[in-house]
Amino acid sequence: MGLITTDTTGNQLVEVEEGTVIMAPNIIITSMDKLINWSRRSSLWPMTFGLACCAIEMMATYASHNDLDRMGIIPRGSPRQSDFMFVAGTVTKKMAQIVRRVYDQMPEPRYVISVGSCASSGGIFNTYSTVQGCDSILPVDVYIPGCPPRPEAFIDGIIKLQEKIKHEHFRWSRWR
Amino acid sequence: MEHIEDIEKPFRTQELTISMGPQHPATHGVLRLVLNLSGENVVKCTPYVGYLHRGIEKLGENRTYFSALPLSDRLDYIASMNNNVGYVNAVEKLFGIEVPERAKFIRTMVAEMGRISSHIVWLGTHILDIGATTPFLHSMAQRERLLDLFEILCGARLTVSYPRIGGVRNDVSQEFLDKLYEFVLEFPSNMDNYETLVTENRIWKHRTVGIGVISAEEAINWGLTGGTLRGSGVDYDVRKYAPYDAYDKVEFDIPVGKNGDCYDRYLVRVGELRQANRIIKQCIENLPAGPIMSDVPKLTLPPKDMVMKDMEHLIHQFILITKGPSVPEGEVYMGTEAPKGELGFYFVSDGTGKPYRMRVRAPSFVHASVLPRLCEGGLVADVIANIGTIDIVLGECDR
Repeated sequence: MGLITTDTTGNQLVEVEEGTVIMAPNIIITSMDKLINWSRRSSLWPMTFGLACCAIEMMATYASHNDLDRMGIIPRGSPRQSDFMFVAGTVTKKMAQIVRRVYDQMPEPRYVISVGSCASSGGIFNTYSTVQGCDSILPVDVYIPGCPPRPEAFIDGIIKLQEKIKHEHFRWSRWR
Repeated sequence: MEHIEDIEKPFRTQELTISMGPQHPATHGVLRLVLNLSGENVVKCTPYVGYLHRGIEKLGENRTYFSALPLSDRLDYIASMNNNVGYVNAVEKLFGIEVPERAKFIRTMVAEMGRISSHIVWLGTHILDIGATTPFLHSMAQRERLLDLFEILCGARLTVSYPRIGGVRNDVSQEFLDKLYEFVLEFPSNMDNYETLVTENRIWKHRTVGIGVISAEEAINWGLTGGTLRGSGVDYDVRKYAPYDAYDKVEFDIPVGKNGDCYDRYLVRVGELRQANRIIKQCIENLPAGPIMSDVPKLTLPPKDMVMKDMEHLIHQFILITKGPSVPEGEVYMGTEAPKGELGFYFVSDGTGKPYRMRVRAPSFVHASVLPRLCEGGLVADVIANIGTIDIVLGECDR
């Protein structure tokens, strides 16, 4: 098994399973890490979830001028269908539990991008009612700075997340 | 026969309570509605606000008049420019500063740009919520052009902080005026394109005509302002009846609806887009020459290029920003016409550099309170149309 042989007409053949012989050029050999990370990062679906000002720039990034669809990123309305979440805007203490619940409803593997200074650190709103950085309630993968960040910064943040997924090791297995 | 009897027997129904939001894509942010449904009919609708309460009013009391300006950007973040204009107008009324003519025209121009960018987002998202995707993509492409213009003007796309107390931050460049004029000339034909897609569309009319009807008297009693009030046929616009900036020097009409339903409010806002375009055109054509900041050194910031060169100006700026100016005591209310409605700033001054009380009369908060009146008795699908038509932004509503 696995040995490349040549048949009478000169085709190179390989036996992939017991009794299954296919043409050798059909085969690529890679690791599961590479294959799964490639497929995972090529079609990231975000949870559509706008909190404040950054959500308007997020809309502008989705819409015609910047067009996130070309990167395989299609916003979903349900956390069950999404791979990652933009925390776009100020997280207040009243909203924090809902943000956390939406995160908990997302299936594994899930990622979080913290957008803007409010979500990353509280920003200018150092008051009684705001959470000083959404990393106190969620595990954040990528931070995008700005108040609000430009659409280019959004795209850069997504590329950073894709790079992170690219270098993940063994996250596809049952034991993670 | 037994089966038919089973079917004809009255079966038990019950009211269903659902929570819509605060992460529903059609609630324009983090509005939460608790709906009691009897089948498809809305029996009771209760809006819950406060999911974006950031304490902007309290923060404003802890900052000097100059450094609280960026907070007003984050109120109605779709039309930051109009909030800035409202804020500086209120502070100028308190200080008793007269603004130079050129600064007034520039402010009027940029405020109308803000109105177009806000109404265009409203147009796109309202239609998207009801089910048409194409106008959203068209309108957002137009909005990008306006945001690029804001960027030429002041470097920021969304949170601009461009007007200053006593004038504006920097003068407009010729490049900006040329590009804006180009935009203004093309805009009416672009509007025609959107209207071709929507205005006479049969599905759009089915979803909006006769939905969310509110009479003129009721609209006034609920405290509605802006396009939501004018859709009911009340001819009220702060720009016309209590003009600020250069609104008394430009010509514009106030589009007024008739029936007070979603469709009329749509027509009013589309009309406002065209009028805003008309105002910008007049402002560019009649832009007077002159200074852009009023010459009251005790109450206005020194010019930025002098701050970088001159020690006295630097100290002056430092003191104004940290300690604040000494202002007359008293209280002042100034209402301006923001895209959403009448945006009022109310200041109580105790003579120090910081306001004793800063209160924002946010149109979105008032408009959110009318939702039960519009939704109850209607169908659950019309709730989406009603949320869109009152044009609320939760940053301003919760403050």
